Amino acid sequence: MDDTAHAAAASDGAAVAGRVAIACRGITKRFPGVVANDNVDFEAAEGEVHALLGENGAGKSTLSNILTGLYRADEGELELYGRPIAFQAPRDALDAGICMVHQHFRLVDTFTVTENIVLGDHRDVGRSFRIQPRAIERRVVELGERYGLAVDPRARIWQLSVGEQQRVEILKALYRDARILILDEPTAVLTPQEASALFETLRTMAAEGRTVIFISHKLHEVMAVADRVTVLRRGRSIATQRIGETSSRALAALMVGRELQGSDRQRRESFGNVVLSVEGLSADGDRGVTAVHDVSLTVRAGEIVGIAGVAGNGQRELAEAITGIRRVKEGVVRVDGKPLRSGDPRAAIHARIGHIPEDRLHTGVAPSLSVASNVVLKSYRDDPHSRGPMLMLRVIGERARSLIREFDVHTPGPSTPARQLSGGNLQKVVIGREFTGTPRVLIAAAPTRGLDVGAIENVQNYLRDAATRDVAVLLISEDLDEVLELADRIAVIYEGRIAGEVDAKEASVEELGLLMAGGVGSPEPPRSAGAGFAGTEAGNVRP
Amino acid sequence: MRVRIERRLNQPRWLPLVVPLGSIAAAFLIIAVVLLATGHDPLHAFRKLFLSAFVDDGALSSTFVSATPIAFTGLAAAAAFRMNLFNIGAEGQLYFGVVGAVGVALLLKGAPGSVSIGAMCIAGAAAGAVWALIPGMLRAFGRTSEIITSLMLNYVAGLFLNYLIFDSHSYWRDTTSPSASVFPQGQAIPDRAAWPFATIHGVAGGIAFPLGMGVAVLVAAFLWVLYKRTRFGFELQVIADSPRAAHYAGMRTRRKILAVMCISGAVAGLGGASQAGNFDHLLDPRSLQQQLFGYTGIVVAALARYNPFAVIVMAFLLGGLKNAGFALQGADFPSGLVGVMQGIFLFSVLGGELLVRYRIRIGRSGRAPAVEAAR
Repeated sequence: MDDTAHAAAASDGAAVAGRVAIACRGITKRFPGVVANDNVDFEAAEGEVHALLGENGAGKSTLSNILTGLYRADEGELELYGRPIAFQAPRDALDAGICMVHQHFRLVDTFTVTENIVLGDHRDVGRSFRIQPRAIERRVVELGERYGLAVDPRARIWQLSVGEQQRVEILKALYRDARILILDEPTAVLTPQEASALFETLRTMAAEGRTVIFISHKLHEVMAVADRVTVLRRGRSIATQRIGETSSRALAALMVGRELQGSDRQRRESFGNVVLSVEGLSADGDRGVTAVHDVSLTVRAGEIVGIAGVAGNGQRELAEAITGIRRVKEGVVRVDGKPLRSGDPRAAIHARIGHIPEDRLHTGVAPSLSVASNVVLKSYRDDPHSRGPMLMLRVIGERARSLIREFDVHTPGPSTPARQLSGGNLQKVVIGREFTGTPRVLIAAAPTRGLDVGAIENVQNYLRDAATRDVAVLLISEDLDEVLELADRIAVIYEGRIAGEVDAKEASVEELGLLMAGGVGSPEPPRSAGAGFAGTEAGNVRP
Repeated sequence: MRVRIERRLNQPRWLPLVVPLGSIAAAFLIIAVVLLATGHDPLHAFRKLFLSAFVDDGALSSTFVSATPIAFTGLAAAAAFRMNLFNIGAEGQLYFGVVGAVGVALLLKGAPGSVSIGAMCIAGAAAGAVWALIPGMLRAFGRTSEIITSLMLNYVAGLFLNYLIFDSHSYWRDTTSPSASVFPQGQAIPDRAAWPFATIHGVAGGIAFPLGMGVAVLVAAFLWVLYKRTRFGFELQVIADSPRAAHYAGMRTRRKILAVMCISGAVAGLGGASQAGNFDHLLDPRSLQQQLFGYTGIVVAALARYNPFAVIVMAFLLGGLKNAGFALQGADFPSGLVGVMQGIFLFSVLGGELLVRYRIRIGRSGRAPAVEAAR
């Protein structure tokens, strides 16, 4: 046992039974424009489940990619069982006994379970020219029984449910006798039942002296499965604590972090009539699992309602359901009391709902087409822009030039392909277009994601302007600061449901953090089988 | 050292012009090597090729005959491919165009020429459009791959032609003339329904410019306006570029798929009408199925980068190449060698297309491009 090292890295965490399996010391990883990991200290011991907790963009994935040899740290050192180590490639990490279960599985759909397990294994069996499926199958079944990972070794991957596929990934690691297993948000694709089975497997593995690193942004899971937890925030390791000595509330505060001063924005005291009302809205995600559950909310004229939440909790699906891009399963969306036709984006456009989509490059614009074409992407059918079947290219060009001037878009000209614009300028084009003719409602989904500081301020100013002009604004954002800064009212979305709603003036970061992580405050939702939430950040990618 | 091929992020302006010219030069160079190796004089062969395609007496007239049908099928392919709808079925749609046009011409025996010709155009286009609508509907409503379905329907269309002439006493079959009793053949359309040629006298022994080629030019102009200047075309551009953006903007993708397949099929069908009216004057299943107009049209469209006017030019050049091939072959110049020349030519020009969209980097390690991509 190495108490001094523990004391250094885990100031307020006590030592755990085993010796330190893997340790990071002062890991820094920079990407152009961001520092993804900033002097991170982290260590996990043998025989423990160690959780990495943090919001999106806190640096969890970068750290795990460094641990598995996918990235190399710019600064800092890795130690494996007390010895310094440098991975040149992912294979080195595998050889050192570190396996990772990714959020999106690395399995070959048309291969059997056994084939997938042997695939890429370059020790004796996998290396020999002739593989002996029987022996491997036996081993797979044996491992499955021992760890509660029952799966038919001869089944093909495409025949398996997502939960079973995950078991295959874990079996793959066990088959290679991984000493250290890293799981990246493993419950995102699981039903609650499957999740609790997974937790048991992880506990079994830890009890055998293996190290399990469990990446999550859900407090209750961390509390349920981990021995210790390291909280990351904005690329830094904030604290390491023993689960027995901490609480959801304390972790939420650490995760969300900052104390916020009340913004100096002058908030409106009164608002107009209810413009947008969403009543009992439910919608499916891309995988066919319900992603939005019975969401009701209203936005009044001139009001900014913020939807806070960790990414992948149904925000994208909610925005798409309101704007008609996604079919509504139950419930209704009304603008000024009139119901919209479900699944018809044109109905939303006619009702003057402006929509700044989350994925601006492929949904918000047609990237290869000119800026001018993208300026009229929604209004090309209307009078000045087209007459009869013909487009009025001159009018469209003028419209584009005036938008470029008005919103200060930096582009060589209206005929430049949209994809050549920077993120901030592209967003200006989208906003300029959605503001055309003053919308009644504006749905802004992650409108500042990936933008630089100046562009963020611009976008936020446009949203404020819209509200002063009596537009009903629904701001969906993972950035809690942004929501607190702009919104008059804040609803928190968790697993597709509105977990709570608070007045922005009275909101406390702690309370919001808890709601966002599904900690407490919300009644335990009735969980039917298959009611796990779908739609992770890249929910449309089939595993 | 590492060679990698990566997608170009930006295309320099000169690129789309320089690459095809370079490809053609490369093609001639490779062909020259092949000709030298087989003991032929490359310069002599190239000269003969050029003269018999475009200069000799009657050369241009023959080139137009070869070029007209592939201009239509090229336009048909270009119209669909632009929207990422890979209609490989111009072949079968052209067959149906012939069936429709010949059928109407036979029906309107007594009508004046202009009426017959107009009716043939409409009937040919309609027949082609209906045939194209089958893969179109399967794609729009059943999400099947239009590549497979349209390709397979070509064989169905070919068998249908055989049935009309060889296996039945259909309306299209000639059952009266003496030669038809020896070998089954199609019934010829009335002389008045035959499409005229515009003849330019005095140059190179007179150039006969078929009406069909004129129609193809009009179709090219129509398609250009449709794609570049109309709301419909705007929607097609958006759908082709980003279906998600199109859905977001409230465009009806399904209807556009059906419309584009109809347009593509109609153009191919019009090609069938022109082939029957201008050149064949009857339904000839054997000849139609040997010519492979539909598939050649795909090559034409690819060479023209789906630009309708470029399709006309490329059809003219490929028509010339085909026509010169006949002239070139002889006792000391085997027809196989002509095929090799044509193959090298197409291979080089289409292969060069890769350079327009991708670039080849030669570097020491794989790291630098990855970093660049991350930015």
